[in-house]
Amino acid sequence: MGNTLFDKVWDSHVVKKIENGPDVLFIDRHLVHEVTSPVAFLGLKERGISVLYPERTFATADHNTPTIDQHLPVKDPLSANQLKALETNAAEHGIPYWGLGHEKNGIVHVIGPEAGITLPGATIVCGDSHTSTHGAFGAIAFGIGTSEVEMVLATQCIMQPKPKSMRINVNGKLSFGVTAKDVALYIISKLSTSGATGYFVEYSGDVFRDMSMEGRMTVCNLSIEMGARGGMIAPDEKTFSYIKGREYAPKEAAWDTAMDYWKTLHSNEDAVFDKEINFEASEIEPMITYGTNPGMGGGISHGIPKAENVDGGVSSYKKSLAYMDFNEGESMIDKTIDFVFLGSCTNGRIEDFRAFASIVKGRKKAPNVTAWLVPGSHRVEDAIKEEGILDILHEAGFELREPGCSACLAMNDDKIPPGKYAVSTSNRNFEGRQGPGSRTLLASPLVAAAAAVTGKVTDPRTLMQADLV
Amino acid sequence: MAYDKFKILESTAVPLPIENVDTDQIIPARFLKATERKGFDDNLFRDWRYNTDGSPKADFVLNNPKYSGKILVGGKNFGSGSSREHAAWAIYDYGFRCVVSSFFADIFRNNCLNIGVLPVQVSPGFLDEMFEAMEANPDSKFEVDLPDQKISIVSSGLSESFEITEYKKENLLNGFDDIDYLLNLEEEIKSFASQTPL
Ligand code: SF4
Repeated sequence: MGNTLFDKVWDSHVVKKIENGPDVLFIDRHLVHEVTSPVAFLGLKERGISVLYPERTFATADHNTPTIDQHLPVKDPLSANQLKALETNAAEHGIPYWGLGHEKNGIVHVIGPEAGITLPGATIVCGDSHTSTHGAFGAIAFGIGTSEVEMVLATQCIMQPKPKSMRINVNGKLSFGVTAKDVALYIISKLSTSGATGYFVEYSGDVFRDMSMEGRMTVCNLSIEMGARGGMIAPDEKTFSYIKGREYAPKEAAWDTAMDYWKTLHSNEDAVFDKEINFEASEIEPMITYGTNPGMGGGISHGIPKAENVDGGVSSYKKSLAYMDFNEGESMIDKTIDFVFLGSCTNGRIEDFRAFASIVKGRKKAPNVTAWLVPGSHRVEDAIKEEGILDILHEAGFELREPGCSACLAMNDDKIPPGKYAVSTSNRNFEGRQGPGSRTLLASPLVAAAAAVTGKVTDPRTLMQADLV
Repeated sequence: MAYDKFKILESTAVPLPIENVDTDQIIPARFLKATERKGFDDNLFRDWRYNTDGSPKADFVLNNPKYSGKILVGGKNFGSGSSREHAAWAIYDYGFRCVVSSFFADIFRNNCLNIGVLPVQVSPGFLDEMFEAMEANPDSKFEVDLPDQKISIVSSGLSESFEITEYKKENLLNGFDDIDYLLNLEEEIKSFASQTPL
């Protein structure tokens, strides 16, 4: 049996196999943020031990940070306390810490690749489920809980049973107006939010090969939303040229050695997966969700399915639609919305801002819409300015906020009010995810932009077509 | 973090027959600002349990005096979404020692095992039997036998076996955690690290 990409990376990191138990897996790089780490550091203190490899550990502040006036002290005392705790813990253990205002600060899954921390063939963990993002580079990356954060801080290892392998192939060419986000939401809508539980996914086929690194990150990011532990894509020339020259990437002779290894990181021709699934690119259209989990989505022109046509419990389905105040069989197009959120580790990169700007250019923000545009990092923010995107946004009546997770999980003040609808480029539409009582429609940056200028759910292709003539 | 050993648990249970209960429901993000592991029980299922003014929602099961116990029984795909271990802490701190469902999300399952909550995966049919028993009689008792890997409905005697790895079972039976184990491997880990470039 041939080796899969996943096998190659996993097997080379097993320190020890425990009989009838998990593998002890060595972790190359560990990303830490303020919310899931304080109790882990407390645990180290109680055990009287320190971080084993601070040089393999990186800390940033992103989850609870404000996205305006970051130069001022953080107002919320609990958030301020958590930030202080991370700063103190990082200093005490000699971990690099990129706090608020630091040029390298940003969302943990945006800055990892930017700094070259994320590398092919590496094992990467973080106390955040969307750590799967880093799989876009051919790394094994997954989210962990706080006990495991403590474990990795203390021992640089984690204990995990090896997941099963799944390959998802999407072949053909994506249609006009269809983005990486749509591909991911499409797959989740087909597999459901538990369809890949117990598996680690490899994405393969024309669509991912043609995709930019940003797009691949969006896809791998959303792997967790179908239940998978993570997702990965074999590295190629695009991957290598993205990494080259970045701060924590190997240099000179080490680069050549690394490249020799990285070029072996692909599934062999005869590799066998526990499960293999195929989709056609031409079947995918711009997607939007209508319910309270990311699997409850469909093509923007399709409307909301009838309960009798969905898998799973009818009562759970109806509860979900009741929360959204939607009805079975309704069209999504033309539904009035109140908020637009562009950002998060799913769609907070420069390419996402380019896409958003391509639609709002020459148009105006709809008066009924409050828009929060939040770059994933300071580097993204700088690029937005350098590329002239900020001017386009300003002319169209939009403001840019400062980097952070923001309304993706609404731990800071960026909360969607109860009952209000938000078209959001983030990753979760759970009840209250964006604030108590908030209603989230997940979509791509293009769909978000179309909603922002029309004030309602709009097929972005109609605006894009108008721009072409 | 030390937790109580788990052997055999006989208890009434609390039913939550909803599918895809995600960790944002178990504990909403705004309650994740603590720097210590304390006080999470009050915010377990916060937005399903309390109105915005803080008054309890009468129709939510945790506010129903008929139901109590150390076992929480949830619908399919329990614990999906965010990796926050706070969800498992809230469940433990509230007094649950065991969560039963026909399917668990991976990270949530791991988090539970790491802090001494036993996730028991049963067949959809057995799950229905449990819900029915609780509906017929809220005082229905269930027995979760970790050494034998068996869960039973006491009144009817119906039982089913469940899976857990030997390693995790030993940990739960003895109240050990993974870190104790790994700290003993320090030399092996260090030699592995020295061959693994940054
Ligand atoms: S943007 Fe959202 S999903 Fe991403 S790291 Fe932040 S909170 Fe997690």
